[in-house]
Amino acid sequence: MTLALFLEQLLNGVQLGLTLFLMAAGLTLVFGVMGLINLAHGALYMTGAFVCATVAGATGSFWIGLGAGALAAAAAGAVVEVAVIRRLYARDHLDQVLATFALILIFSEGARLIFGDRPLWLDIPAALSGTLALPGGAQYPLYRLAIIGIGLGLAGGLWWLINRTRIGMQIRAGEADREMIAALGVDIRRLYTLVFALGAGLAGLAGALVGALQSVQVGMGEPVLILAFVVIVIGGIGSVKGALAGAVLVGVIDTMGRVFLPATFGLFMAPAEATATGSALASMLIYLVMALVLALKPKGLFPADA
Amino acid sequence: MREALVNFALIALLPLVALGAQAAGETYVVTLAAKAAILALAGVGLNLALGVGGMVSLGHAAFFGIGGYAAGIAAHHVFAGTPVIGWPVTLEATDQMPLIWLAGVLAAGLAAAAIGAVSLRTQGVHFIMITLAFAQMVYYLGVSWKTYGGEDGLPIYLRNQFPGLDTGDGMQFFALAYACLLAGVALVWQVARSRFGQALAMARMNEARLAASGISPYPVRLVGFVLSGMVVALAGALFADLNGFAGPSMLSWHRSGEIMVLVILGGVGRLCGPLAGAMLFVALETLLGGLTDRWQLFLGLVLLGVVLFARGGLMGMLAGRARHG
Repeated sequence: MTLALFLEQLLNGVQLGLTLFLMAAGLTLVFGVMGLINLAHGALYMTGAFVCATVAGATGSFWIGLGAGALAAAAAGAVVEVAVIRRLYARDHLDQVLATFALILIFSEGARLIFGDRPLWLDIPAALSGTLALPGGAQYPLYRLAIIGIGLGLAGGLWWLINRTRIGMQIRAGEADREMIAALGVDIRRLYTLVFALGAGLAGLAGALVGALQSVQVGMGEPVLILAFVVIVIGGIGSVKGALAGAVLVGVIDTMGRVFLPATFGLFMAPAEATATGSALASMLIYLVMALVLALKPKGLFPADA
Repeated sequence: MREALVNFALIALLPLVALGAQAAGETYVVTLAAKAAILALAGVGLNLALGVGGMVSLGHAAFFGIGGYAAGIAAHHVFAGTPVIGWPVTLEATDQMPLIWLAGVLAAGLAAAAIGAVSLRTQGVHFIMITLAFAQMVYYLGVSWKTYGGEDGLPIYLRNQFPGLDTGDGMQFFALAYACLLAGVALVWQVARSRFGQALAMARMNEARLAASGISPYPVRLVGFVLSGMVVALAGALFADLNGFAGPSMLSWHRSGEIMVLVILGGVGRLCGPLAGAMLFVALETLLGGLTDRWQLFLGLVLLGVVLFARGGLMGMLAGRARHG
């Protein structure tokens, strides 16, 4: 293993982790404040990517597309919250699962109707298409570094929003005691819509950012959604700090496992078998880590109520 | 009383549809009836965890797929004339369904025991996310298992055999699937009214009271979860033989969602709810799917409507509210 390869994969892992954080932050806030499990979060991620690809294609500017994608996802989130999600807060988790599963079906088919069946492609903006030399001699794409930067910036911004602003105070109070802050005169319905739209906007932004690395297609949000669930379970549900720690952990372990496990097995197995066993085990690795964390700390690494 | 009548009517309806279609020469409808019976069996299995035990599992596709892969792997080795295991003992492949079912159901039971042992340490939202995540793990295992088709899955060129039946015949295969459904319904009914079933229902309704009466909830839930996974695995094995295919799509979390959807469409916790739900689901899929490729859009809208406005599902409409909350 060379230093260059190690650094490159570490950065890839951190980049995946920060994308996951953008997804997980919204999910965990929505759960923490409203007690809602939202399977349709991946649909909002997809919405961000589709709108970004379409707007960027029409205007020629990736950045306008990125903004439009995040705003469209936030707007879609607000509409869905008012139309459907609002009715689910008092229901049990089963109803929430089913209604948000129904939303996935509606969003997926809706996206096919509006954007067509074929995947869209999104180009990396010209300013970020270059690479940066890493110590050890590897060239690392600037765009991925930009995603890391944006992710860290948003994590900081979210920390500031939650810990240093009036809205954030209301969000924290909402997590602690919903009835009480409603009794104190905070418009709780508006706060819920706001939190949901904020989470949706973050998911849309993540989708738009990742859209330039992969193809933009229906169903792209679901693998990310499930990874975000793993992140939340590992990090501790309802905790934004836990979401960040869990996301980076999952991102790095997953990326490193995929690269280095087949190589490790190659030390004592035939190459073909080593690749097969290594990649099979690598794809299961984060779930095994999740099982281990649950066995040791059933509430996750950073439980929200600690 | 009214529920018993509706149950009886639902159980009688499916074979009547199949027989009628057979008489009219509509063999495709017989296949659809078999599909409804198999999906209903999966729903009956899930309902034991979901309806009786209150365990909202989004991971039952794992067990459905394990059953499916049992059928697929057996057919694959029989077709290729190779043993399933060559070393250290030789295990020859079989195309006899009872043996395949036994293997698939046992494998799914082991998987359910492992997944349940970890997930049942948690409850509520955690449980949903964790069962979903473990099912995804099994999905990726299926995708990366190149020996058995990887992403492409395994074709089943010749349906596995059942002693005394010609499983290639649509009507006989339907009869087999329907008999399995009846056995599944009878099993879940017996389990639900047994002492164990009462304890499982109490674990859903009032865990503290169950613990206070000297029964630890965790093992009760775990056994319920494992049983539920085993019934779903049998449905998976039948489903693979019906479609002539076993692959990762059977393990995908959409499948978990679909099985849950048909339980809910029918009415959660109702003995024959999954039967009503599966018939409605297959009917919607066929009728809407014939009209438009976007039928899932309408499925989504129907589902949303049922969840938001018609709690209790189809059984709630046909037979009134369930007696026990």
